[in-house]
Amino acid sequence: MGRVSFFFSEAYRALRRNAAPSVAAIVTIAITVLLVGVLVPVLDASGAKTNDVRDQISLKVFLFKQSEKSEVKALEEQIAGIPHVAGVDYISSAQALKILEADLDEKNILSALDNRNPLPPSFNVRLDDADNLEAVQAALSPTDPAGKPQPLSAAVEEIVVADQTDQIRQVTGAVKILLGVIAVLLGIASLFLVGNTIRLSIYARRREVEVMRLVGATSWFIRWPFVIEGLVVGIAGAMIAVGILFLGKVTIVDPLSEKFALVENLNTIAFGQLIVVLIGSAMVVAALGSGVTLRRFLRI
Amino acid sequence: MEEGPQSHARAPRPPIVQLRDSTVVYPGGHVGIERVSLSIDRGEFVFVVGSTGCGKSTLIKLLIRELEPASGSVMVAGKDINEMPRKKVPLLRRRIGTVFQDFKLLPNRTVYDNVAYALQVTGTPRGEIKRQVPEILRMVGLGAKIHNFPDQLSGGEQQRVSIARAFVNHPPLLLADEPTGNLDPETSIGIMQLLYRINRSGTTMIVVTHDSEMVDKMKRRVVQLHEGRVIRDQAAGMYASEEDTTEFAVRMRAEMGIDEVTG
Repeated sequence: MGRVSFFFSEAYRALRRNAAPSVAAIVTIAITVLLVGVLVPVLDASGAKTNDVRDQISLKVFLFKQSEKSEVKALEEQIAGIPHVAGVDYISSAQALKILEADLDEKNILSALDNRNPLPPSFNVRLDDADNLEAVQAALSPTDPAGKPQPLSAAVEEIVVADQTDQIRQVTGAVKILLGVIAVLLGIASLFLVGNTIRLSIYARRREVEVMRLVGATSWFIRWPFVIEGLVVGIAGAMIAVGILFLGKVTIVDPLSEKFALVENLNTIAFGQLIVVLIGSAMVVAALGSGVTLRRFLRI
Repeated sequence: MEEGPQSHARAPRPPIVQLRDSTVVYPGGHVGIERVSLSIDRGEFVFVVGSTGCGKSTLIKLLIRELEPASGSVMVAGKDINEMPRKKVPLLRRRIGTVFQDFKLLPNRTVYDNVAYALQVTGTPRGEIKRQVPEILRMVGLGAKIHNFPDQLSGGEQQRVSIARAFVNHPPLLLADEPTGNLDPETSIGIMQLLYRINRSGTTMIVVTHDSEMVDKMKRRVVQLHEGRVIRDQAAGMYASEEDTTEFAVRMRAEMGIDEVTG
């Protein structure tokens, strides 16, 4: 117990006596955490949006209106069994009409068409990933021995792919890679930035460590105050950043999110969760950084 | 506290320091010391002399296991210190006081805290530290500067702090590497007087120096190194007869031609 309080008082002494490096470390951590805190929700929202767009890519299989129910049922099971198919939704002629009415915002299409619904029933085939479109398409119309593609079933009238599928796929694919690269770079940069700051502040005190070793201090006896110091610096830096983030959220993001859907997505990551993760990782990185850096000076 | 040097006849205890054919080779091939054999008994006061680069400091580093010999063995109190596990090295260092030319004080701690640190690493209770530190600081003559920081002290005073730190655990062996290297002659005598006093209380003292005048006057055992080898080991024969520390200082000042002055 006496030892623990000794370590804490040593850490406190070091923070007070090395005010300038400590402040530098705190500011560095604050800026890094702030950067991560802003970019993580943005990356997350962009990723979510991208996935939304990709999920809209689907295949439509139109059926002949006069198809037998059993035929349709069998086809549905067949399609559901194709690899990479996430789901199959049957849309009857009546449902198709309702969707069309909703799209056109026009209530009485049917009467305009002499009460005859021209729309065919169809299957909406959802994919597990947009990149598997071709595979599913091929499975829906396998080639016959002569090499000509044939519909899977006699009930199939036509297979339609949504417009601009290729563009959507390319753009969203690029966006996804870009977001990934940014996230990785950000992670690496934060680690280096924080690690380097801590290294500098310890390097300035390497003579102190040398003296401690001379009078017979064990490695952990020397290390604990540094680790505690790192923890305190990590918490302080993270708190500052979180304070700024909170202000930013209240004054900028919240008012905007009432108007724009994309900004609303920023709230998909719970703010509380984000804060806990940020403070936690700042503490861990700072404390580990101190402890690990010290190892170099502790070699006998 | 002031008693004579421990007599060699007391018990068949092993020498406090024993080097056998020790060779140190630095990375890059430079030879620190070469096949040095040396035996130092408990309670001795030994000077190690030689020109710069002769291996004096290598010897000190060898004894606190900051360096390991390429061959040969280093025994302290009868144990080969290079066979002890690395984790135990701090324990060895607590039993050996060290004093250096550049004092090696912690600059952001007071005199009190510098000395207290040596006790804190051994887990000494706080009450005990509060009792022992002022006592040892009075002994080295710094009772009034207990709350000063090192940069507020003179060189001689800083060296006294460092000696207090080295001695506060009452180690059986104290190593001093050029303890007067940065100090003027008068201050140096004061430091030597202090080291002599500590030696008289039973602590074996090894003092590395190139101050040959001081060595000649003190009349203690002298080990001379040259290019990493022992070329002279003049043993106890020329010890001055039992001399208390005041007599010692008076004689030293007289022989070095310094008038008795304060400071």
